[in-house]
Amino acid sequence: MSEIAATASGVETAKELGLLAEEYQKIVEILGREPNFNELSIYSVMWSEHCSYKNSIVWLKTLPKDGPHMLVKAGEENAGLVDIGDGLACAFKIESHNHPSALEPYQGAATGVGGINRDIFTMGARPIAQLNSLRFGKLESKRTQWLLKGVTKGIGDYGNAFGIPTVGGEVYFDACYEQNPLVNAFSAGILNMETDKMISAKSGGPGNPVFIIGSFTGKDGIAGAAFASKDLTEASAEDIPSVQVGDPFQEKLLLEATLELAKTGAIVGMQDMGAAGITCSTSEMSAAGDLGMRIHLDKVPTRQADMKPWEILLSESQERMLAVVEKGREAEVKAIFDKWDLSCEQIGEVIAEDNLEYYWHGELCAQTPAQPLVLGGGAPVYYREHREPAYFKQYKEFDINSIIVPSDLQATAKKLMAHPNIASKRFVYNQYDSMVGTVNMSTNNPTDASIVNIKGTNRALAMTVDCNSRYVHVDPKVGTMIAVSEAARNIVVSGGVPSAVTNCLNFGNPYEPEVYWQFVNAIKGMSEACTKFETPVTGGNVSFYNQTVIKDSTEPVFPTPTIGMIGIVEDKKHITSIPFKSKGDLIYMLGENRNDISSSQYLVNIHGVENSSAPYFSLEEEYTLQEQLKMTIRKGLLASAHDVTEGGLFVALMEKSMSSGLGFDITSDSAIRSDAYLFGESQSRVVVSVNPENEDAFIDLMMLNGVEFDLLGHVTKGAVRIDDVSWGDVADYKEIYDTAIEMQL
Amino acid sequence: MKFGVVVFPGSNCDKDMIYVLKEILKQEVVELWHKDTDLQGVDFVVLPGGFSYGDYLRSGAIARFSPIMEKVVDFANQGGYVMGICNGFQVLCEAGLLPGTLKHNNSQTFICKNVWLKPASNDMALTANLDTNKAYQIPIAHGEGHYFADDATLAELKSNNQIIAYYSNSNAEVLDSANPNGSVNSIAGVCNAGKNVFGMMPHPERAADENLGNIDGRAFFESLLKNLVPA
Repeated sequence: MSEIAATASGVETAKELGLLAEEYQKIVEILGREPNFNELSIYSVMWSEHCSYKNSIVWLKTLPKDGPHMLVKAGEENAGLVDIGDGLACAFKIESHNHPSALEPYQGAATGVGGINRDIFTMGARPIAQLNSLRFGKLESKRTQWLLKGVTKGIGDYGNAFGIPTVGGEVYFDACYEQNPLVNAFSAGILNMETDKMISAKSGGPGNPVFIIGSFTGKDGIAGAAFASKDLTEASAEDIPSVQVGDPFQEKLLLEATLELAKTGAIVGMQDMGAAGITCSTSEMSAAGDLGMRIHLDKVPTRQADMKPWEILLSESQERMLAVVEKGREAEVKAIFDKWDLSCEQIGEVIAEDNLEYYWHGELCAQTPAQPLVLGGGAPVYYREHREPAYFKQYKEFDINSIIVPSDLQATAKKLMAHPNIASKRFVYNQYDSMVGTVNMSTNNPTDASIVNIKGTNRALAMTVDCNSRYVHVDPKVGTMIAVSEAARNIVVSGGVPSAVTNCLNFGNPYEPEVYWQFVNAIKGMSEACTKFETPVTGGNVSFYNQTVIKDSTEPVFPTPTIGMIGIVEDKKHITSIPFKSKGDLIYMLGENRNDISSSQYLVNIHGVENSSAPYFSLEEEYTLQEQLKMTIRKGLLASAHDVTEGGLFVALMEKSMSSGLGFDITSDSAIRSDAYLFGESQSRVVVSVNPENEDAFIDLMMLNGVEFDLLGHVTKGAVRIDDVSWGDVADYKEIYDTAIEMQL
Repeated sequence: MKFGVVVFPGSNCDKDMIYVLKEILKQEVVELWHKDTDLQGVDFVVLPGGFSYGDYLRSGAIARFSPIMEKVVDFANQGGYVMGICNGFQVLCEAGLLPGTLKHNNSQTFICKNVWLKPASNDMALTANLDTNKAYQIPIAHGEGHYFADDATLAELKSNNQIIAYYSNSNAEVLDSANPNGSVNSIAGVCNAGKNVFGMMPHPERAADENLGNIDGRAFFESLLKNLVPA
């Protein structure tokens, strides 16, 4: 130990690495001495927000995490695992890659896709489909256009080569994301509980060899976790070496080799190397197994010859795994990686004591117990102060009567259809391979949630990512309940049953009490809604510091707790899609129309009014609506269904029309302002079409449960008529909708 | 019919192709590993889509040098049936088994969407049973799908009926506005002079399962199965 003490690093270095003075003292207590630079580097990344969740864990623990379908709960393994029937389980998770994407959109987004897929297949599940949730500044800004193009290409190039379809997602534009875009990537995989073996992320068996698998370790992405745990500033561009570089080809090989390896049973545990690379994977696997590891850093294959121990410890080079293998079966494992032309090197072994020992050419260069490094072990846990911001009450004072109904509603409708938050995102999604794998059932039959076929069964998987962050901003608790509700509604409307949730919590700086108030209330809302829908939270990630310091002003992004939800379609005949099916079908609204334009795209983008509260929402009403929908769909009474969200009823009807080529003829409700009727975003509403033959049965069923419903009109051949006035033809609106975004690029 | 589907490192449509051949068309299928040199007595070799060897140099440029491709080239030159879809088409062009080459899409972006194809003739097994006045809806998914060949080659392809299909609109009209990637003469796929080697960018195997709501691609496979002449 003498050489370790001799090179002790002080508190000043600790601060430079992003640690607090009190955290430095804690490290000294744990080690019983001053840490050296290598050790300080280890602690700085492991105790960064990104790895330790130190400012969020207290609240995350309040989320419901158990449900009837849970096989692996939040925090137990790399991702949650849910029973989806027929002996199959689904592993799924969402993660952010915001900060890297802000600096280098192409690689930042690409490696986000790589990281989330590794989380899935490290468990032994083959990824089956991906989603993503993206947020940018205003589309007219040159920076946004650069970010949008780069992020889209990055996600596409990585996901397309990796060969897993991107089946859905969301894209929003708002000035608050101008400097700090959000890039949240979701992946879901399937594991056959009978024939496949789940791979644990726990170490086991002292004496077992430890291998590093996949790409060589380079200087890219060093200390990326620490970088992601601070504010973005003008100086952030100097952090570009913190952004990793992705290689989807290696990832594809790693996927095939890992799944082949899983079948052998020679693997004890495995974890992918994401944030904090070797440091994080060795400490988390060890802590989870209540063991230690002896690691020889000089045995790690490197890209550059002159890498130092701390660089190897902290490198976030992509497409790498740490694996603990059963002693005696090394040759079997190596043969699989040879087959796939992948590197597989033994770099150490498991030891019985809770101690991580890192050697450099035979000399101990760092050592620490594993437990104090990790979440749930000794990593710091902070209770942060929170304070209600002044805007919260002020927004609630919004009065709809202060807004004058526009004289030309048709022009308003066309303007809304062209708004980037509503217009077609085909510029983005056409760059993603959405059909590889031949499982995407929504390509030719669009649905609110993406429907993924589970081959060989009568089931399908429904998945969606949702968050209207404007609602969350104006009212974090209600806004987050709406995000969960919308996700569940999308699944129910499409014919599925909601099963479980993964979340990606994108917020500003947690040390700002008003930002932390948004966080706390979002968690409260999420808990309440997830409990109601029996959709436990299986995991996800927290991304703080999403705000940009420009000169002297700090601009936090809208609080954005993106909800990723999966659901099960128990019988494929339940699948209900968006497009109208036949001329003459009746159009009904399920749920109540309200005199409400709060926080609608209409209010913000047509009237320029940002200060209003969340749209009308009642969790009880939402729940009843969804239960009613499930029943109606099971009886086979709906020809189509689509929920009302951004842009209100008019946009919902248009989306049903544009995807079918058919039009609609409706009569509005004179008790409600025409702008609120057409463009308001009050929640818990679904537009359905019903074949006239089913109308009686439909009405009988609707009368049973007290859900409000209303006949709007009928489906036409292509004409759009509202209150006996011609609004033109579907094709006119479709042209505007399809081309609005690409015309600005 | 015994089909062999080549698996290169980076192939990612291999399993989709096997699924369609085996589960939907009930054919015998084996996987042919890129490092192998034995075609296992197959009657028909398929090079599937994907990103063989990562396609970092130029699509298909490395795959053509793999051990299995040496055997595939011999097999094709002896009249054996070979079909390449997407990346497989690129490999066949790189290997010289098919004329022409594939360039970056005019948009310089990857494009994945449904397109319409109008079969160019009935003069090959792949299209013999297709309707040349009808448009078939088949997905594309590629970054380098812009087919290019010089004028002399194009004239030859045309006069020998070696063009498989053109990109068209839903009414089977071949228009520039319906050409997704800038391919010369809207060509979506070609075969060799011997009409035993086929290559096309669109993915018929992605339009063959009723669960996905479009089975236009099945017609291509069914035409093949009906019209192949055993070697």
